[in-house]
Amino acid sequence: MSDPGLENLYREVILDHYKNPRGHGVIENADAEAEGQNPLCGDEVSVYVAFDEDGETIDDVKFSGRGCAISQAATSMLMEMTKGRTAHEVATLDKDELLAEIGVPLTPVRLKCAMLGLTTLKVALHKAKGTPLPDGLAGFDDLELT
Amino acid sequence: MAVTAPGTKLDARALRSDFPIFEQEMHGKPLAYLDSANSSQKPRQVLEAVDRFYETSYANVHRAVHLLGERATAGLEHARERVRALLNAPDVREIIFVRNATEALNLVAYSWGLNNLGPGDAVVVTELEHHSNFVPWQYIAGRQGAEFLMVAIDENGDPDLSQLDAIARDHNVKVVATNLVSNSLGTIHDLAPLVSWAHGQGAIFVCDAAQAAPHMRVDVQAIGADFVAISGHKMCAPSGIGALWGRGELLQSMEPFLLGGHMINAVRVDKTTWGELPHKFEAGTSPIAEAVGLGAAVDYLEAIGLEAIEAHEHELAAYALGRLAEVPGITLYGPPADRRAGVVSFNMEGIHPHDVAQILDLQGVAIRAGHHCCQPLMHKLGVAATNRASFYLYTIPDEIDQLVDGLHAVRKVFA
Repeated sequence: MSDPGLENLYREVILDHYKNPRGHGVIENADAEAEGQNPLCGDEVSVYVAFDEDGETIDDVKFSGRGCAISQAATSMLMEMTKGRTAHEVATLDKDELLAEIGVPLTPVRLKCAMLGLTTLKVALHKAKGTPLPDGLAGFDDLELT
Repeated sequence: MAVTAPGTKLDARALRSDFPIFEQEMHGKPLAYLDSANSSQKPRQVLEAVDRFYETSYANVHRAVHLLGERATAGLEHARERVRALLNAPDVREIIFVRNATEALNLVAYSWGLNNLGPGDAVVVTELEHHSNFVPWQYIAGRQGAEFLMVAIDENGDPDLSQLDAIARDHNVKVVATNLVSNSLGTIHDLAPLVSWAHGQGAIFVCDAAQAAPHMRVDVQAIGADFVAISGHKMCAPSGIGALWGRGELLQSMEPFLLGGHMINAVRVDKTTWGELPHKFEAGTSPIAEAVGLGAAVDYLEAIGLEAIEAHEHELAAYALGRLAEVPGITLYGPPADRRAGVVSFNMEGIHPHDVAQILDLQGVAIRAGHHCCQPLMHKLGVAATNRASFYLYTIPDEIDQLVDGLHAVRKVFA
């Protein structure tokens, strides 16, 4: 590929996560779950969390949905990053940590794609554990908070 | 002015030189602007008309006694007359300036709907509507306790008119609202059967012509509609100006939509009376220079000829459908080229439209990716989104070639 911009955004690790998503699936009777949408481009993500016996540590986390490569790859990376952490740690996870993992500069529109999984996961944890909601929730009006 | 005589074939390569936007590159590549159904680019003739108006004739309209006020008012009213002539409306007072077609359709839904819809009544739209001709009716019908019904499309993508008999049997239909050209699929609809059915039910017919007016002759009397909405920004005019045409007697009988300055006759503490048409519906200071720009855009389009523009777009659509079919893994949506305006929606197998659009952007190709404000239609097609390439009078086949080359690059990235 000759275009440096192209090579950057669709670098190998992102395409790998997109084509072989980690933690893709559904957890039946999950302890926490939420559904998120990005109305701008129609990305959809559902996340499911099962806690350890301590009720705090994330024992398993999975996601399902469809969307662009950035949203799906970022959510896949997020599954690897959050397994084994506590609900509180993930609820306060800085978005820069995920952005560093994605590792490419994103335009504001694509940033919304990249953050969909993290925002949805934080909403799931909020519903189950009362942990704080993410700052940028205003941009995600379609999240189902019921 | 690089335009052709009316009725002759247009020369898109020559017309391109009227559009300064094409004088630059995008990401180091020539700009292939295939997003004109979203918003069109602006010719020098329109930009200069707006500049000249600000430099020589600007003041507020309809109230100043000074010479500038007179010039500004004349500029605005000349633009209104140009829009009337474009749409073949019977009376210039029936042309209401609004921000865009969305505002025009909201005006009708609120002003007409709040006083004429109630329990037992129904509003009928189609599955192909832009959200602008769907959501206002859904909302106002819901507020008034009326029913909101959607005519589904058949396998050809046309509204399935066989559903109309059942609707008429069970409902008191008061409004039928549809577009003339679908913004998602580009389908040019034959409105005649729907208009005559609507009027047979005693309903008003509301036509969203936002996607039609830039590309073909829209004649409100030939359509037989009661209201027609257009957006200036899709037809070479500045953003922030559009127009509603409504049948005079309906507009007369309606309550105003927005209230305040300019739209009144007399204001007393116990009662306010409304101004005459069109002022009753134009509260506050209008987008004056933008309206002047719309008038200049109408001049520009008429000099080229709407018929020539439509023929040019049919040619481009046919060329694009042929070239795009060469790309492996592509799905094309919508009708054959002779029944569509310059719009081609497609999907690439296994690749989200957002990714397609982003990689195309790096090749200098601008398309739209998304649901095109048509979520019910996307749901019917079974997709979250599509890619949409759309054409206008300045589009050349080279841009479609650039799109096809770009799609091969997209496939390479996701191979």
